[in-house]
Amino acid sequence: MKILIAGDGKVGAALTRQLSAEGYDLTLIDNNPEVLANTVNQYDVMAVEGNCAAMDVLEEAGVKEADLLIAATSSDEVNMICCLTAHAMNKKLHTIARIRTPEYANQLYLMRGIFALSMSVNPEKQAAREMLRLLQYPGFLHRETFAKGRVEIVELRIDEDSPLKNHPLSQLPEIVGCRVLVCTVVRAGVASAPSGDFVLKAGDRIYVTAPTHNLATLLKNLKIIARPVKRVMLCGAGRISYYLADLLLRAGMQVKIVEKEYAACRQISELLPRAEVIQGDASRQATLENEGLQDYDALVSLTGLDELNMVISMIGSSLKVPHIITKLGHMESTPILNELPIGSIVYPKELCSNTIVRYVRALKNQTGAAVAVHSIADGQAEAVEFLVDKDTPCCGVPLKDLKLKNNVLIVCISHGENIEIPHGDSSYQEGDTLILVTSGDHIIYSLNDIFQS
Amino acid sequence: MNYKMIGKFISRILILEAAFMLVPLVIALVEGTRADAFGFIWSILLTVAAGTLLGVLCRNENSRFQARDGLVCVGCSWIAMSIFGCLPFYLSGSIPHFVDALFEIVSGFTTTGSSILSDVEALSRSILYWRSFSHWVGGMGVLVFLLGLTSPGVRGSGFTMHLLRAESPGPDVGKLVPHMRDTAKILYLIYIGLTVLNFFFLKLGDMDTFEAICTAFGTAGTGGFGVKNDSIAGYSPYIQNVCTVFMLLFGINFSCYFLLLVGHVKEVFKDEELRCYLGMVLASIALIAFNIRGMYETLEETVRHAAFQVASIVTTTGFATTDFDLWPSFSKTILLCLMFVGACAGSTGGGMKVGRLLLIFKNLRRSVHRFVSPSQVQVVRNNDRVISEEVLNNTNAYLAAYGVLVILSFIIVSLDGFSITTNFSAVVSCFNNIGPGLEAVGPTCNFGGYSDLSKIVLTLDMLAGRLEIFPILVLFSRRTWKR
Repeated sequence: MKILIAGDGKVGAALTRQLSAEGYDLTLIDNNPEVLANTVNQYDVMAVEGNCAAMDVLEEAGVKEADLLIAATSSDEVNMICCLTAHAMNKKLHTIARIRTPEYANQLYLMRGIFALSMSVNPEKQAAREMLRLLQYPGFLHRETFAKGRVEIVELRIDEDSPLKNHPLSQLPEIVGCRVLVCTVVRAGVASAPSGDFVLKAGDRIYVTAPTHNLATLLKNLKIIARPVKRVMLCGAGRISYYLADLLLRAGMQVKIVEKEYAACRQISELLPRAEVIQGDASRQATLENEGLQDYDALVSLTGLDELNMVISMIGSSLKVPHIITKLGHMESTPILNELPIGSIVYPKELCSNTIVRYVRALKNQTGAAVAVHSIADGQAEAVEFLVDKDTPCCGVPLKDLKLKNNVLIVCISHGENIEIPHGDSSYQEGDTLILVTSGDHIIYSLNDIFQS
Repeated sequence: MNYKMIGKFISRILILEAAFMLVPLVIALVEGTRADAFGFIWSILLTVAAGTLLGVLCRNENSRFQARDGLVCVGCSWIAMSIFGCLPFYLSGSIPHFVDALFEIVSGFTTTGSSILSDVEALSRSILYWRSFSHWVGGMGVLVFLLGLTSPGVRGSGFTMHLLRAESPGPDVGKLVPHMRDTAKILYLIYIGLTVLNFFFLKLGDMDTFEAICTAFGTAGTGGFGVKNDSIAGYSPYIQNVCTVFMLLFGINFSCYFLLLVGHVKEVFKDEELRCYLGMVLASIALIAFNIRGMYETLEETVRHAAFQVASIVTTTGFATTDFDLWPSFSKTILLCLMFVGACAGSTGGGMKVGRLLLIFKNLRRSVHRFVSPSQVQVVRNNDRVISEEVLNNTNAYLAAYGVLVILSFIIVSLDGFSITTNFSAVVSCFNNIGPGLEAVGPTCNFGGYSDLSKIVLTLDMLAGRLEIFPILVLFSRRTWKR
């Protein structure tokens, strides 16, 4: 499949990494030759220099033979014009545009029609939703939702005082008091699929599959204090801050936003009358202490600079703020960051590119495609949701008798409303939803790919 | 430096080379020449053993690969390939002296076509085949062949770009399509297609099948090893003309053929490099034909010989139909100048490449304009595309390195006591991968008279010329091997 990516920025680079690993024919368009040269040296892709909304540039990039165009330049307007022009040149082309200006949010439906967009993505809004979910269930470093919100894979860190410490995984259901399944363990930066006699140590991070209604029990029995978050401080008044503050206020929480620039403070306070907006330098500990950070339930660092966000989160951590979320816009996820006291990390570009990759896979494989794809454990593993249809083999066969490929683990079977964390005697039927976890280096496109051939 | 990755590539190349040796082995077995068959069997065994050993030693490589690794990988691959490639000559006893055998195979892989043999016809067919085949595989590049076989979508697979850049000739190397594997496949398919076409036309001229295959290999790689002592001179005028046309065709940038295949005909004919190349060829033919008038019986023969020699030299093939050493000095000077120019970038030809010279001249013109009006801002364009300053700087660096290496080699080779013209043309001929030079290394003579030291220097010159200097030059830089 031929894919054009317009704009080799943060999202463009994340997409290039994921899609080129999956073997698609990628052509990148950007007006900065240095960025392109860098990408071409790293990945097996082609690059075209120029304005992506210009016909001759699109022509040179091969828009007429392309199947999909992803417009992810820094400007919404360029993205829209790019998709419009490209679609006029090739009627069969699918187009995805990044549109993130809050003012356009209400007219997306209209614009999709006018600009012939197959899909629009908004990394900031996605990031804000992700952060809200983390704040709703504090204690989890990450949450990935499956089966229409009925199942989740959550990330937990095993602390020194965790009741799970020094216990083998087979004892887990007794300790947490409900049926859950550990699908991946990350120890010293390396992810692996553990067996039942694997003994957990402090510092491990585990990914647990659990029905959503069991999450509260899980937190309670793990002695993770689950006091609901009431007061949240946001540092930085960018687009994510706006979306997140809006969501938090709707969820009945108190929000304080600290921002350095007066104009940005004024703008956000115009948009969000109920938020408390403070003009101040969040990188100074004094400012944060004066604003009473130590009394807040959560801190979210959302400035435009990754390094500053990390520093702010560390200040928050030293002031013993219970829940901290750090946004990293430029950096790629790396195991080094897990050692830092900066709480949960949210990568907006990764969330956005995951959404697009899901679309691409669905496009490639119209039937039997993954319903949801989430990359977990710093990209070392992937959790995929599939629907069992009439073409799926081995319906009704106990899992212990299935011949699955190495590194493929079935972590959940959902029969309609009924969620089952599977064991060896479980089986699936047509119409069920399966959630699988695979190691990141081979990709599962359709459910039939998991069986040994 | 990623030694393991480099070792893995070299190991794969050696295995591939051993596979290539199977064909001449079959020829030797069919012909029943025992010495050659043993030579090839031992060579294959040694090459496979070395390749496997290296492959085992270099397991678990990581994929971190930089431009430097690409250069070193290409340089080392070519040296390893040459050392193992000369084994059939040496072990079969066809060329009993090792340095001679090495010179001969490097001359083959680099598509030079200079030989140390005085009597080619005394060689058996299996050895002749291996000699000519080395031109064919060296013409497009072995690593490019290997890239055509690699699996796509490996993480961090951008490193293939470094390899393509280091092995393919030209100032500004790029891919034709997004995937390296597909690019390499397209290049080789065009290459194979043209070679088959060449063979077909030679067969129409009633050439012997084996000779037609070897001649087609020599033409395709713009190499120049013939199977006859008098090169192409003994064949019919039709065959000579077929060779002229195909030599010129293989001297054209292969991306032009790709553009033709996908229907961008207009762009091809507007290509500045192609126009310049064809114009230069026609002008040289006209000038030489006028200069050598009266030396041959008919006008047709005069033009045929002029055209053949110009095509042979400008594409750096090195076939000959006549002894141009007997021509007047104006004609010889034109040929010597054409030796420097070489063919188009992205072709199988050697030399400095028409495209690179165009850039150098355009850059020079810009510098002159700057002297006249210092505040003028001007960019260098090629085919209406702006050429980045980095490419221009690299081109100038290439020119400087080229000058320095030619002069150094010239001085060392002079120790052997041949005339200045002989020595200079020998160095230029080897560096630009042409084949014959003038006087004592002219088209009817060979390089057998040089000492071992000179042969080694000329061998390195051939490698440096084929790989466009830097992959070989970095091997001699201390900084390359520093951690």
